[in-house]
Amino acid sequence: MRFKAMTAVAALMLAVPGVVSAGPDDDKLVINGEIEMTTKAPVPEHMEDTNMDQIMSGWHFRSDETQALEMDDFDNPGMIFVDAGMEQWNTVEGSEGNSCASCHEDPSSMKGVRAVYPKWDADAEEVQTLAMQINDCRENNMGAEPYGYTSGQMANMEALISLQSRGMPVDVAIDGPARETWEQGKELYYTRTGQLELSCANCHEDSYGMMIRADHLSQGQINGFPTYRLKNARLNTVHGRFKGCVRDTRAETYAPGSPEFVALELYVASRGNGLSVEGPSVRN
Amino acid sequence: MDFTRRETLVIGGATAVAVTLPMPAMASAVDEKINEFTGGADVAEGGVELDAPEIAENGNTVPIEVSAEGASAIMVLAAGNPTPGVATFNFGPLAGAQRAKTRIRLAGTQDVVAVAKMADGSFAKTQKTVKVTIGGCGG
Amino acid sequence: MAEGVRPRVKAPKSAEAGEVVVIKTLISHKMESGQRKDSDGNVIPQSIIHRFVCAFNGETVLDVEMHPAISTNPYFEFEATVPEAGDFEFTWYDDDGSVYEDKKSVSVG
Repeated sequence: MRFKAMTAVAALMLAVPGVVSAGPDDDKLVINGEIEMTTKAPVPEHMEDTNMDQIMSGWHFRSDETQALEMDDFDNPGMIFVDAGMEQWNTVEGSEGNSCASCHEDPSSMKGVRAVYPKWDADAEEVQTLAMQINDCRENNMGAEPYGYTSGQMANMEALISLQSRGMPVDVAIDGPARETWEQGKELYYTRTGQLELSCANCHEDSYGMMIRADHLSQGQINGFPTYRLKNARLNTVHGRFKGCVRDTRAETYAPGSPEFVALELYVASRGNGLSVEGPSVRN
Repeated sequence: MDFTRRETLVIGGATAVAVTLPMPAMASAVDEKINEFTGGADVAEGGVELDAPEIAENGNTVPIEVSAEGASAIMVLAAGNPTPGVATFNFGPLAGAQRAKTRIRLAGTQDVVAVAKMADGSFAKTQKTVKVTIGGCGG
Repeated sequence: MAEGVRPRVKAPKSAEAGEVVVIKTLISHKMESGQRKDSDGNVIPQSIIHRFVCAFNGETVLDVEMHPAISTNPYFEFEATVPEAGDFEFTWYDDDGSVYEDKKSVSVG
């Protein structure tokens, strides 16, 4: 009880200055003094019926100290996991005697990939996320065990692949065969869940820039994933974050890798069309 | 600003709790650590720089920087942590400056203390309060 | 040896004799504080890197005594004087007895 009461008063005291300076900042994200990132962009056409005037990376909602961690690749602890991903890339696993490098050579061959995922896979006749594609490769081309969907190894590999597209605009397709999945994702985005009856939109469309207790609500963009969070000091995957968010509405969550979260990922990714791929980013 | 009835109740209640809370035992633990470091010598205020954010977004990773020109060592303590020790930087003959940055854990809003042992054997101390915010979403 | 511990060091490859250079180090490590409990309520024992040393050609630049309040994936930034060509040696000491090392050569001139 004591702790809870203290927490409440601390949150209030801290929220007060926060309210005064509410709203995202206007800082510029330049990484290593040379890679200029697009962290604010016009609202994609499909969101014109929202009241948003621009889309913004979650980077703008963080403190200067947290922002600085992403501005230099050495200061960014997420890069440790890119190194780990590089080792995985070159490691032969499975019955076929292949590593990622056996077919794809250098990871730079993955340039542009992160920017367009999730995307329709004509052979599988479904929308696939980057994680699904990685595991498809492992199972079918390497004869290896799939990574756990939100495992550390998966996050490492996603970080390595995302880095190759860093600075490129997110550009997921929402028309053609992907449309149905996208519509399903949109439906989920606006559906209230849990005892708190909150939809994604309640926080991340209607209330971004405001404080939720002492935390600054972002637009919930996923262009920066996988993201190194100060909270748990490791890389976090998109579906891991979705799960945490839905759980916080006090709902039973969908499982990482489920068709629902795949659809939601496609839809949320499309809300960031035009922002730079930032992964691995740093957030609180 | 306007407080709702519920907010006012919470503030009132929390204030009452706050004044009856025992002081953290850490005050003495910090003094003990400083005594250990100084051997009981006098400690002057100032002469050592401590840079830390006024508000830390997450207590798990708080960037700090300490410096004291000519110091042979700087000890950093976190007065409100379960144990106050953070780090002691011992500068060798090839230190380019008596300055170091690191990232630390703070269990809550508290004072961070830096004590420097100067080249002449004297000691200098400074401290800074860092507010640690409580996140909105556990997510 | 704790699993997956990997050091990263950023140091210049060349310098002028006597130049002061900035060095950054990062090492992946959980820095288990000894304050956490597992799902059964048992305290997870402390397991941290408790000391970091940077030396140049055997002479000390910085020697840090570390406590559990140092964040996961410990990071240090500091300055070093490069008196002559040689090697920076970086050493991290783990509670479990493991020692992690890295080395960066610097040319002068």
